[in-house]
Order: sequence, then C-alpha cells, then structure tokens
Amino acid sequence: MTPTRWRNRGQTAYWAFLVHRVSGLLLAVFLPVHFLVLARALRGEAALASFLRWSQTPLVEASEVALVFLLAAHCTGGLRLLFIEWGGWRREAQPALLALAGGAAAFCALAFALNLF
Amino acid sequence: MSAPLATRLWLAQRASAAVLALCVAVHLATMITAVRGGLSATEILNRTRGSLGWATFYGLFVLAVSIHVPIGLRTVAAEWLGWRGGRADAACAVFGIALLLLGALAIAAVTR
Repeated sequence: MTPTRWRNRGQTAYWAFLVHRVSGLLLAVFLPVHFLVLARALRGEAALASFLRWSQTPLVEASEVALVFLLAAHCTGGLRLLFIEWGGWRREAQPALLALAGGAAAFCALAFALNLF
Repeated sequence: MSAPLATRLWLAQRASAAVLALCVAVHLATMITAVRGGLSATEILNRTRGSLGWATFYGLFVLAVSIHVPIGLRTVAAEWLGWRGGRADAACAVFGIALLLLGALAIAAVTR
C-alpha cells in the first residue's frame, strides 16, 4: 500500500475504499467455492441436500450473513463509485451516498439474518 | 500497458459492474426471501430446473462476474502487491476463465 493511501486513512471515503476492496477480495475467494457447491447438484439432489444439511450450523450460518453483507456492501459501494464516475463528482453528496451504501448493506444482511434464524 | 488496453479494461470493469449491480440486487432479494423457513435442495432446484429465465439470468451473472473479478484482482495485485506485467495479467485471466467454467458448471447443475 502506498504512503499516500495511509495518509488518507482518516477520511470516511478511505474506509469506504477499503471495505470495497476487501469485500471484493473475499467474494473472489468465495465464488469458486460457491460454484463448486452448486455443481454438486450434477450428482443429484441428495448431494446438494447433504451439503445444505451440513451448512445448518451457527458458525456457517453466521458466515452466510457476513457474506450477504459483503456482497451488498460491494454492490452499494460499487454503485457509489459508478455514480461518482458517470454521474459527476459532487463532494457534498458523498456523506449521504456513503451512509446510503452502508445502510443498504446492513439492511440486506439484517433481513437475511432475520429470515435465516 | 498500452493506453487503449487500459481504457478497454476500465470500460469492461464499469460495464460489468453495471450489469452486476442489477444481478446482485435480484440475487440478494431471492436469497433473502428463499431462506425464510429454511433452505432446501428441493426448493432451490424446483425454482431453477428447466427454467430458461433463471438459466439466462445466471448465465449473464456468471459472464459479468468472469469479466469483473479478474480486472479487479489485476488492479489489487498491482497496487497492493506490486505484481504487474504479463504473468500477473495471465494469472488474473486464468482466474477469470476458471470462474466462467465453474459458473457454467454450477448453472448446468441447477437448471438442467
């Protein structure tokens, strides 16, 4: 990481950048695993069902909630970036956009958790 | 890297992000509603098997992911690890192709 980025770490936008980047990396690691799990259905419904039964533990379910948050945060953070790049940079709109992105991600994770548990 | 390639990658990253925003919104809504009352293999496969609509949707989703992820990884590798050049580009491209193949396998498994 360059010293310039560390100098900006006090800014909210820096943390938004960090959340976007780390969530992207974690999702990139998760995706092949997700695809391989779904591909178990090639061996029949029972193969997928057995994995889903295994996944019904508090630790795995908590990880699923975290993944939903990461996905939603990466999506809303990405939409914020698209808005900045294509919709024009408006400095005064940034706090509201950051709050909206974080709030929407938290809402998705909470809604998923409430339905899951 | 030549400027035209950088521009093409930037555009591909943003265009795939726009497609993914829509796909992720649908995927999140589906997941949030599907887990209500517990998730079962029967429920998942009843929704997706034989469905041209879901096959098309997930096909578009996987294609956009396979474009978006390697370009993002390439940027992270360059900025955080200092990995640049042909080998880094090739590794990211291989990861993208692997995602495309694994994604296609997953789609075939749940929609055929």
